[in-house]
Order: sequence, then C-alpha cells, then structure tokens
Amino acid sequence: MKKFLSGNEAVARGAYEAGVKLAVGYPGTPSTEILETVAEEYRSIYSQWSPNEKVAFEVGIGASLGGARALVTMKHVGLNVAADPFMTFAYTGVNGGFVVISADDPEMHSSQNEQDNRFFAKFAQIPFLEPSDSQEAKDFVLKAFEISEKFDTPVMLRMTTRVSHSKGIVEENEPVVLPEGSFKRDMQKYVMIPSNAKKRHVVVTERLDKLREYSEKTELNKEENNGSKIGIITGGIAYQYVKEVIPDADYFKIGFGFPLPIDKIRKFVDAHQINLVIEELEPYYEEILKAAGIKVEGKKYFSRLGELSPYRVSLGMKEAGIINEAYSAEIEPEQLFPRPPILCPGCPHRGAFMALKKLGVAVTGDIGCYTLAVLPPLEIMDSCICMGASIGNAIGMEKVKGHKKGVVAVIGDSTFLHSGITGLLDAVYNRSNVTVVILDNRITAMTGGQQHPSTGYTLMGEPTKSVNFIELAKALGVESVREVDPYDYKKLLEVFKEEIEREGPSVVITNRPCVLMPKRIMDKPHRVILEDCNGCSACFRIGCPAILPSKELTKRNRPKAEIDPTLCTGCSLCAQVCQPEAIVLVEEPVVR
Amino acid sequence: MKKNTTNVLIVGVGGQGVLLASELLSETAMSAGYDVKKSEVHGMSQRGGVVTSHVKFGPKVFSPIIPYGQTDLLISFEQAEALRAVDWLKKDGLIAVSTTRLVPPITAGGKFHYPDDPIADLRKKVKNVIAIEADKIARELGDSRLVNTLLLGVISTRLEFNNTLWEKVMRQKVKAKFVDINLKAFAKGRELAAKAAE
Repeated sequence: MKKFLSGNEAVARGAYEAGVKLAVGYPGTPSTEILETVAEEYRSIYSQWSPNEKVAFEVGIGASLGGARALVTMKHVGLNVAADPFMTFAYTGVNGGFVVISADDPEMHSSQNEQDNRFFAKFAQIPFLEPSDSQEAKDFVLKAFEISEKFDTPVMLRMTTRVSHSKGIVEENEPVVLPEGSFKRDMQKYVMIPSNAKKRHVVVTERLDKLREYSEKTELNKEENNGSKIGIITGGIAYQYVKEVIPDADYFKIGFGFPLPIDKIRKFVDAHQINLVIEELEPYYEEILKAAGIKVEGKKYFSRLGELSPYRVSLGMKEAGIINEAYSAEIEPEQLFPRPPILCPGCPHRGAFMALKKLGVAVTGDIGCYTLAVLPPLEIMDSCICMGASIGNAIGMEKVKGHKKGVVAVIGDSTFLHSGITGLLDAVYNRSNVTVVILDNRITAMTGGQQHPSTGYTLMGEPTKSVNFIELAKALGVESVREVDPYDYKKLLEVFKEEIEREGPSVVITNRPCVLMPKRIMDKPHRVILEDCNGCSACFRIGCPAILPSKELTKRNRPKAEIDPTLCTGCSLCAQVCQPEAIVLVEEPVVR
Repeated sequence: MKKNTTNVLIVGVGGQGVLLASELLSETAMSAGYDVKKSEVHGMSQRGGVVTSHVKFGPKVFSPIIPYGQTDLLISFEQAEALRAVDWLKKDGLIAVSTTRLVPPITAGGKFHYPDDPIADLRKKVKNVIAIEADKIARELGDSRLVNTLLLGVISTRLEFNNTLWEKVMRQKVKAKFVDINLKAFAKGRELAAKAAE
C-alpha cells in the first residue's frame, strides 16, 4: 500500500517492518516524530522516552544484548550526550540488531550547532547509511538492521532535517518474521575491561575490512549512467537537489557512507571528464576521496555552511561552469520586517524573564522555548550552549564574581531532568551561591509536547510516577527551594531578589503549565481602554504576540496598545505592568 | 496528466493551519496519480514565526524544496507574508492571499514597519492576485480555522483535480465532525475565485 509519509514516519514504519522490539530516544528536532509515530501507530513495539540520549542509548544496548532489534533516536547534538556508550558499543558489537538515528540539522532550523555526524560514524568506526527521501528512509532502516546483524555492529542512519520533515510516497510492506532472540552470556565480548577491549579493537579493525568489501558491492551505493561527461558524487538530500538542477548528469549516489566504496568511485571518476562531490555541510566524502588520490572538486564551489537547496546547488554549478544560469527571481524581492519566533501569549516563562530583566542579573540559559527570551524585546539571556549547561555556567561565573548583581541559571523541567540534576549537585557540593530557576511548564514544549519523568505519563500513555522537583532539589542538598506563580509579577520580583541575595545555592520553581500542551489554556482575555492608554509601551516590552500597536496615537504620536482577544489567554502580566491601569478584563463572551 | 512539475508554496504564521492545507493538497495530488513531495520545517517556526510549506507534484519529483523563483501558485494566510515570499513566484504565477493582518509586536518599537497595504504592493508586482477576506468569511461560516480550506478552494480552480477527488481526501483527512463545514468553506473558496476571475 502507498502512503504519504515524512522521513520520520517512514523510519518508524521501517522499524515496524524490521521487527523492532524496542524503540527509545529523547525528543529533539528534527528527530522527535519517529518515536511519536512508533508509539501512536505501531503499538506492538515497546517505545519510551528516556530522560536523555545517553540513557536512551544504553537502554537500546540492553535490548540488543537481550537479543531483540532496537532502534534509538536522537538529534545530532543528542549523540554528543550519548557519545560515551556509542564509542564503546562499537567495540562490543550487537546481539539483536541495533540502529541509532542521528537526525542532523543543517542550517540550524532548531539547533545550537550544525555538526556533521557522518564524522561520528567514522570516529566510532561503524557504518552509516544516508537516505535521500522517505521511501529510502524506510528501506534503509531494514537494510541497516540486516547490516548490523550480519557484521555484528551498531549502525547509524543519518537523517537530516529535510529528509526527516519532507514527505513523499512510500510503499508499505508487511513486517519481517524474525526468530525469537535471547541473551547469550559472552563476557569477553560485552565486558569492556582493558584486556577484553584490546581484543575487541582488533575485531573492529577486521570488521572494517569486511564492511569495505560490502560497500563496494552493495546496491546502497549505485551508479546512474546517462552518457554524460559530468560525474556527480553525492548522497542524502543533496542527491535530490542536484537531480532537480541537472537530471541528465551521471551520478554516483552514496547510500552507504562509511566506509566508502573507494574502488568503485575511482572507476566512476576515471570515466568522467568533470567530477564534482556535492554534499551538505562538511567535505566528508571529498576529503576521503582526495586522500585516496581521486581527483574531485566539491567545497570549492559549494558552501560548507548551512543546508543546500536546488538554488544553492545551481549557484555552485554555475560557478563550476556546468550550467549557464542559476535559478533567479523573476519578481523583485521585498525587504520586510522580521517575524522571529516569540514566546506564546500567556507563556508561563514570560513573567520570570520580565522579573530577571528588572533585577539586572546575568542569566545563563539553556535549551528550550525559553531560549527565545534572548530575542527582542525581552533580550535577557546571556548564554546557551547545550542541554543542562545553564547551571554549570552559572556556577563558574559566580565563582569568579563575573557579574556584580549575581548570576541566575534558567532551565526548563525536561532539560533539568535531562542533564541539570548533576549541575545542581555541583552547586551544592561546591558551595555555590547561584540561584537556579526551574521553569516547570510540565511538558517538553519546544519539540511539540512530549512526556518526561515529571509529567506522570509515559510515551505509550501509561500513568507513572512523577518526579517532585522540590523534594529532588532538597535531596540534593539545596536548603532554600521555593515555588512561585509566574503570573504574579510582584511575587516573582520579591522571591528572585531574596534568593539571589541569599548565601548558598537556591532553587525557584515556576509552577504554571504550558498554555498549548497538553491542553490549550484560554482564560478570559484582557482589553485596553484606549482613552486611558498613554502609549508608554511598557506592555509592548513584554513581547506578547497578543499585544499590538493600535492605529490610535497619543498626542506625541506614539501608538497606543490594543489586545487581540482571540490570542490573549488572560495571564494578566501586561495589566500588572500598566501604570495608568488601562488594561482590564473583557467581561462579555468572546468568539475565538 | 501534466508533464511538468507543479510547484505550490504555502506561507503563513505559526498556528494558522498552513500544514493542514499543504497536507490536503499533497494527498489530492497523490490520489490523482502524481508523484508528490512536500517540505516544511518544524520546531522554532511554531512560535509565531514564519511557516512555509513547499508542495511539488508531477510525474517524478526530486527535490522536496521548490527552486527559487519557480513557484506556480503561492497561497498566503497573511498579507505581508505573501509579500515576503513574492520573489519565489514565477512571473506569470498566481497568488491567493487572505487579507489577514498579523502585525508582530516587533513593529511597535518604530524600528520596523508593517506595510500599509501589502495587497496593493503585491498587485504592483504580480498580475494574478486573488485576495479574499478569508478570516471574515471563515468566521461567518462558523470557525476561524476554516481559512485553509477556503484558500484551497480558491486555488483548486487553477488545478486539474476534480471536486470529487478533493472531497474524498477531505473526508479521509479532516475529523468527521468538521468535514461538512470544511467542504462548505472549500466550495465558498471556489465561488470567490470564479467571481475574482470575472
């Protein structure tokens, strides 16, 4: 049957068809929908969110050791967190097949860097496969499990944003029937004490030779000959872009990216006058081919920054002298105001940032919706490095007295559970004076609302224990732990001020849920009494999308404010900062 | 069946229903026997940022992203967003735009300006512009979220798929209790497009 699936949905389907028994991961754009689809559509697979990617990876290893096929999903930077088990699991090899999805984010649509994880596979000396559309995403998952078991190795499936989030037509098949696997005790293989690991490293090297042979033979790497003198070596989404620009060139399409089929590519290159390597991000193929003495060009014409597109490929092709004209606009572009993403109307994070801005402290930030506080008009975040970094950053800055008004770390609930707990432990252990604000909106919001260990539900929808942040912080040794309503601006200022001045580490937890997930929260909206508005713009500065400049101006020609009643959730923060008290509740019912 | 690829770009602001519109269009093209790809970016864009969805269909589609300047149909859920995407359109392309005006708070500071009349600006650049008061009409029909099927109705008059096919897909993809009202909005969109063509 044919279905219209995203790359992520296709991976989930592939896992189902491959007979996967356990699927695990941590949410992260662009990987999140894989596990969501598994949990929704393929209930025969046990699936779970783990608190972070390292744990997820280790759970996956356990399932593999237990003889089952396991799928582990994460975004590119998630693999940094899971790098420790990843690097050593490459030594032990698998029992049941093991595939890790690395969903890379060229162009950083929703990420803090655009690292190219193809190098990670090479680093760990494990094979990676790289699909270029949804159909391949599904097919390659099945192939990856076969390779994993055949060569006794974990396999990486490298997705990118445009493969994960683009949709295409996929032919669905029935799942394969596998013999029931089970754990087989093998201490020399799985217990990586130095004496065993030394032997396993030899195995890794021998395995690589076998994989090299396989790479030369597999259909995953294929030639397309159209009788052209131009040879294109490409893989992943870049293949589709180049096909769009010059469909009639000859292609060497790489689907199995490590180790590369050097001999096959050498022959292909020898048969063509012009040879170009076209790949997104780093010159990964190009460097390997050049090191093997194969004459190709690549990054000379195509940027290593951001993602490619038909347009960007056409620019490079023109520069390389392959085509005469790149794509161009037939209609003059228009320069417009920017429309950056901002915190939603009624977002429970807004109040905390308004208060921190008022107090003038340094704010070390973290990964989540709240990172948007760095953008105008709030502009109150001083660092954002990786998951959990806020607390360590704050400790360090406070130790060197980097900011005279104090340092506050802000971190979301899911991020805190992912990798903030150890940071807080450090603050206690090392007698830090930092204040840690846990912005607890009770969901993993940025990635679209996933469950985590404090929401009370598992990925598969079962009720479970919910971690209590107050007890957790106290158990780590924090003496001052306070909860505050982030819709109460005065109280926020008061509590933050006291905790920042307090000796020793303290924790403040803001306790309102996300207004979007799991339920949309809409209270009675507010409105502006225009004759009372003096155009002071205090409400504009809280950065709420529901507050708009009115067409009515003050005597000094400043716009008064108005509130869109269909967007306003009634959080009342704007009313709390309005000096002339011009913002009031709407009493009559509103049609939204 | 057409031999070329048709490129449709759908733009709007996070939360407006852009993705459902592109989903319905893609499924309809697929039901008609075409190869289809669509591409959009999730994540940050949902928080009130710009949302764009590329839909391409034809006998064989490679890139899921439309090449710059090669869009046949531009659907915009917001006036200024149509203007922002206008250079992606072919010279003889068509724009279906809702008169919805979403002025972001960033323009309150005076540094940035929301254009006074984006639709007039569009008409200066493009011959084929169909502007409809989609928000108002949708609310009259009973739900502001009907903007997407209204606009699809408008552009459906420029595509080869027959009504039965659109209806079949809507019955499959829209929640049962919203099907009738969405079909009504779709028909209204077709009616408005016919009027605009006169």
